[in-house]
Amino acid sequence: MTEKNEKDLGFVDTKYFNIPKEEEFVLETGIKIKELKIAYETYGKLNKNKSNAILICHSLSGDAHAAGYHHGDKKPGWWNDMIGFGKAFDTDKYFVICSNVIGGCKGSSGPNSINPQTGKPYGLSFPIVSVLDMVNAQKKLIDFMGIKKILSVCGGSMGGMQVLQWAVAYPEVVISVIPIATTYKHAAQQIAFDEVGRQAIMADSSWNGGNYYETAHPSAGLAVARMIGHITYMSYESMENKFGRVLKKEKLGYEFSTEFEVEGYLRYRGDSFVKRFDANSYLYLTKAMDYFNIQNGKKLQIAFKNSKSRFLIIAFSSDWLYPPAQSKEIVKALKMNGIDVTYCEISSNYGHDAFLLKIAEETKLIKHFLDKTFKNTEKKSDK
Amino acid sequence: MTSKRKEELRLDHKIIGEMVAYDSSVFDVGCGDGDLLEYLVLNKKVKGTGVEISEAAIYKCVEKGLSVSHEDIDTGLTEYPDTMFDYVIFNQTMQQVNKPKEAILEALRIGKKVIIGFPNFCYLKSRFQLFFCGHVPVTPSLPYSWYDTPNRHFLSIKDFEEFCDMHKIVIEKKYFITEKNTIRIFPNLFALNAIFQISK
Repeated sequence: MTEKNEKDLGFVDTKYFNIPKEEEFVLETGIKIKELKIAYETYGKLNKNKSNAILICHSLSGDAHAAGYHHGDKKPGWWNDMIGFGKAFDTDKYFVICSNVIGGCKGSSGPNSINPQTGKPYGLSFPIVSVLDMVNAQKKLIDFMGIKKILSVCGGSMGGMQVLQWAVAYPEVVISVIPIATTYKHAAQQIAFDEVGRQAIMADSSWNGGNYYETAHPSAGLAVARMIGHITYMSYESMENKFGRVLKKEKLGYEFSTEFEVEGYLRYRGDSFVKRFDANSYLYLTKAMDYFNIQNGKKLQIAFKNSKSRFLIIAFSSDWLYPPAQSKEIVKALKMNGIDVTYCEISSNYGHDAFLLKIAEETKLIKHFLDKTFKNTEKKSDK
Repeated sequence: MTSKRKEELRLDHKIIGEMVAYDSSVFDVGCGDGDLLEYLVLNKKVKGTGVEISEAAIYKCVEKGLSVSHEDIDTGLTEYPDTMFDYVIFNQTMQQVNKPKEAILEALRIGKKVIIGFPNFCYLKSRFQLFFCGHVPVTPSLPYSWYDTPNRHFLSIKDFEEFCDMHKIVIEKKYFITEKNTIRIFPNLFALNAIFQISK
């Protein structure tokens, strides 16, 4: 994370959008939610023709706070290095929107929000949501803002799944898409890791069938889930470089305490995560990812048949959670459809985490890709 | 890259620019920094795309506003449907392709026409270096030493023409280039580079 500089946005606030009370939000399963709430932030200014809007989709543990600073916070938003004045998502030129996914726990409707019918947190009575549902909720927000066309939708990991879903579900709306370090469907290995995380949460007696909001939270379970997650976000090499076999104390104590640096790191990550994340949300969001399959019973090529967006697909060489091969399959399907696609596999040792770390490389690609896309649309609207 | 070689490549670009029709679709195999593609987009209004193995080159292409794919040439060709492009171009890349025969046949499948530019191994000075000096040739179009060359295959104009004949490939156009000009007589002896337009 870079030091605060003149390219950073200043203080920002999270805003809330409630879909009108008379309107029900219909989920992919057919279940309806009343009083759906979406937390979001915006950076930069929407231009007169509303042609400069960019939607950022966050990953599993992200939120609407992508850039700038909240009052009293020392740390900026999760993708602050990418969003700001003159950055990849240049807020001098573009209007950047980021919203919390539904099913999440950072202000949008999810298992920890209050069920209007009972006055209590939903818990497991919150309906199962899919990536398409997340995207449909974002569409409601975009409609509310009066934006007809989005210049670009971009996101990494689970955010990348939303990006692909946008391209397939709303081909007329999205002019370009930038899926990063992601996949078009969760494969067995990815589902397996998620399931271990969920089992860790559900095995914690405090979880209590998801009904824990007035008692102790299943922090131990959620912390283990996060620890597993973190292993999948790094690589053999990045763990070796960062920790090796370095010990916390001078020598081995031959006891079951935290002895190796890597153990300490994972525990720290786990413990800090439980302070900011809801265990039930973790269950819902990992489920949404596991259900995610853009093919929907079709050949991948057919799934993208109606896409009209320009694609910039970015993968990372050492990402073994969402390996480049999965991105390449998307590239192939797009090429077979004659869709305009640029693909880059950035070389990196950071594993999946690279999408939050390889800022210089991502900036080079995204900045120019957006620039070209924006010029194209301005040219078209001149005609 | 010496300035001389740069100039000569620009002559390549100019000639290829004359071969390619306006508003056509072009697939540049091994597009490098995207100089040729950019030239064709600007001067012939082509719908251009390319494939390139170097990550650094991909950044340069994207900077130029080009749509390119970071992939191996040998796999990058098979991913397109039949007659997808008006032109498939291999400019100074055929000698680096793993399996040239397969690549040319694939290119003829996905492209209506294929343009191939390659250094002529039987250029007079190359022959001279080989015959009298006992060295594997190093020339402006083949500037590498044996130990650091990206080139896997060495072919002459005559070799390529025989290859086309053998595979019933039609040679539609051919240009032969010396250091500064195009030539017509004894190209296999005097040309540094050759550019062919072929079709099925």
